[in-house]
Amino acid sequence: MTRHPQSLRVVITDDEAPARSRMRDLLEDCAGAFPLEIAGEAANGRQLLDLLQDVDADVVLLDIRMPEMDGLEVAQHLLKLEEPPSVIFTTAYNDYALKAFELHAVDYLVKPIRLRRLHDALTRVRAITPLRLDVLQQISPDARTHLSVQERGKVLLIPVKDILYLRAELKYVTIRTVEREFLLEEPLSRLEQEFASLFVRAHRSCLVAKAHVAGFEKEAADGGETRWVVLLKGLDERLPVSRRQQHIVKELGRNAL
Amino acid sequence: MASINQKRYPNLLPDFRNLGVMLRVIVVVTGMTMAAAAVQSSNWATLVDHWFAISALAQPVLIVSLIVLALAAAWLQRVEYPLALAVIVLLELLIASAIVSFTHSLFDSDAADVLRAMVFTGLATAVLLGYFNLRSRALSPAITEARLQALQARIRPHFLFNSINAVLSLVRSEPRRAETALEDMADLFRVLMADNRDLAPLGDEIELCRQYLGLEQLRLGERLQLEWHVDKMPRDALVPPLVLQPLLENAVYHGIEPSIEPGVVSINIYSVRNEVHMVLRNPYRKHGSHHSGNKMALANIRERLHLHFDAEASLKASVGDAHYEVHITLPYVTERP
Repeated sequence: MTRHPQSLRVVITDDEAPARSRMRDLLEDCAGAFPLEIAGEAANGRQLLDLLQDVDADVVLLDIRMPEMDGLEVAQHLLKLEEPPSVIFTTAYNDYALKAFELHAVDYLVKPIRLRRLHDALTRVRAITPLRLDVLQQISPDARTHLSVQERGKVLLIPVKDILYLRAELKYVTIRTVEREFLLEEPLSRLEQEFASLFVRAHRSCLVAKAHVAGFEKEAADGGETRWVVLLKGLDERLPVSRRQQHIVKELGRNAL
Repeated sequence: MASINQKRYPNLLPDFRNLGVMLRVIVVVTGMTMAAAAVQSSNWATLVDHWFAISALAQPVLIVSLIVLALAAAWLQRVEYPLALAVIVLLELLIASAIVSFTHSLFDSDAADVLRAMVFTGLATAVLLGYFNLRSRALSPAITEARLQALQARIRPHFLFNSINAVLSLVRSEPRRAETALEDMADLFRVLMADNRDLAPLGDEIELCRQYLGLEQLRLGERLQLEWHVDKMPRDALVPPLVLQPLLENAVYHGIEPSIEPGVVSINIYSVRNEVHMVLRNPYRKHGSHHSGNKMALANIRERLHLHFDAEASLKASVGDAHYEVHITLPYVTERP
């Protein structure tokens, strides 16, 4: 292929070993037609992100149904990389995903994969519309299990269940876990929507994880008034509850105490 | 043609050895005695008196009838339906007149009571036989439907395509394993596509489960660990086909696949007295999205157990801290009804 002076670097991601080995066979068959190299293999999303810290890849073949984090979510985290690779999804059977892909012209291969289809997809790699975050979020039916932030060229995954609260600050949202803080570039309102079952708004700029609420307390505020504050598990910090959100004291207080 | 029709409505007589059938008989007869008492009485106090008086005669007739019918059940199933009906009505009238005459010889009273008891018994017998006839007619199409449902809901397409993919991966490197895997798949689909209305030996079901799990292990490798406790299982017990395989499929789909860590699916089958117990257990993490597929499989199996064994079989599903368990209990039968 004249357009690829160097060979195409491909990474395989699938949780099933036979599926990876099948893909390897097919890629080797493709290698006869144009230069291609298998840059690595990963058994889940986390392994893939770790691998891509060390290895450069042009294309990632990404299985949709994987444990812990599905392929659609992994693809969203991949976009945090400085040079995100192209993504070709692979799936055995998933009515929902297939329909979504057709709507958004995202490239995908249906397992068992035919050599011919793989060959076509790889040839078109550069022509594939780059993935867009909003499209992926629309396709993905579930809330993410992790949030990802970029730090010094690396993508860090933060499990949503470890997050104590999310606080909007100017351009960023601060993610607070027991250990430390991270900065995320996403609007708080969208996070509120996505994680409506896990987080609750304590005041205008703060979402608190329901599971980490230890209780509520009344404390004196300016002007001699009192206000409610949220107490957190594992962190000595008090988050004010706005007057408007006072109903959460009643709703959550019962379970937390 | 006649034989085909007979097959469609296999037998309109209920199995009188089944506890559920006995229970229905008792409930209906008791209800009728109460109604009879209510007709004779003008107030609550006399109603109770009348009911006791009627029951004193009706209950012995009922108990003796249940015993006689249970003993005759095998023979009644074999003969033509009209003949069986006639025999049952005759038996009932005989039992009723014998018991009523006997009690009357003890407490001496008039002969009209014998006639009344026979009319009442004849009526009760006709009502019950009519009821069971309608019930089996109502359930017969349900059996066909349950079979269709079984076919549709059974194997997840996800499993089929992933398995084919796994077999394809073996074709070049390990052709022999690929052959075995394809043979297992063929067996699995043969059963899935068969007419599964009749009960089949438990041993066959277990063999099928092993083949199915073999295919899953091909895909999942170390992640799927199995614990079989089936040494004490009665291989000859008859069970509805595909009573376990769909549950194992759920166990793998919801218990093993969502986790990176290996997990154990345990299968424990044993018999206690006249019951067969099957207990399946798999790891389970409470996760946001829940699965309608699982409930469908459970409902389907529960329905089929009910069709075959009425109230004598049960299916209980329970969620523990980190595991999910399904416990099936069914009567230990080795002969097809």
